[in-house]
Amino acid sequence: MDIDSLQDPDKRIALMRENMENMTKIVPWARETGFQVTAIEKGHIWGRQPFSEHLIGDPEDRVIHGGVITTLLDNLSGMACASALSEFRFVATLDLRIDYMRPADTECDIIGEAECYHLTRSVAFCRAWAYHETREKLIATAQGAFAINQPRSVSSFGAGA
Amino acid sequence: MTRNQVLQDLLARVPIVQTLGMRCDVKGDDMTAILPFNNKLIGNFSLKALHGGAIGTFLELTAMAQLFLESDVEKLPRTINITVDYLRQGRAEDLFARAYIVKMGRRMSSVRVEAWQAERSKAVAAMQGHFLLNRPELESK
Repeated sequence: MDIDSLQDPDKRIALMRENMENMTKIVPWARETGFQVTAIEKGHIWGRQPFSEHLIGDPEDRVIHGGVITTLLDNLSGMACASALSEFRFVATLDLRIDYMRPADTECDIIGEAECYHLTRSVAFCRAWAYHETREKLIATAQGAFAINQPRSVSSFGAGA
Repeated sequence: MTRNQVLQDLLARVPIVQTLGMRCDVKGDDMTAILPFNNKLIGNFSLKALHGGAIGTFLELTAMAQLFLESDVEKLPRTINITVDYLRQGRAEDLFARAYIVKMGRRMSSVRVEAWQAERSKAVAAMQGHFLLNRPELESK
């Protein structure tokens, strides 16, 4: 890992794009729920959560549990905040609020989108959406604050969580 | 069947509960939820920290189980909204949680959940949420 390129925002985003698949592969709980990062802009991340039997929260309706959406939006929001920073930093979730508009449809993929809309020296603010296909078909919205950690050793690339 | 047995039967049929590996330990009307540590719950390898999403899922399910235990609904309640505060890093250890029903309404209820690890006084995360109870007698009116 080239440490200098992590400190340059544009190079860091290019590096994130190159490693899009690995960004969730190196996170065990993300690998367990099986979502992927699909697009990256500075401060704005998209992902996809495929439907899977082992994530069902209601055996009758066969709907994915809300916690899976929490995982998706928490992780994407953390990445969105990290990608918005001018320097490489780890971020940690302070709080996350999720409102459910309606249950997800069974057998359907869920799209997640997170946008960091404000930064201070120590906190990043993010909002996020979960939907089917387009934002017209909203499942949930989220809003969170993320603590920006002080620099430490760059031995462990992997934002989120 | 006691309400606890009904809850245990239901939880055994919910895939996400099995995926997470959590269980609910009920003694009388007192419930503690337990999330035994497992490597798959990790969010950051270098810090060996639990994933915020795994913690959030555990807290939400704990609230739902507590509501189920203290009511007569047939299905797990539906989440309206939740706010999770992440207070400390979740370490690579078992996580415990307790839910307090702040208000049990006819359809809506408000629940608070707190999770901790080695020390009960050092909360790892707290959640506040609103849930919709599917009461059959209300649906038919």
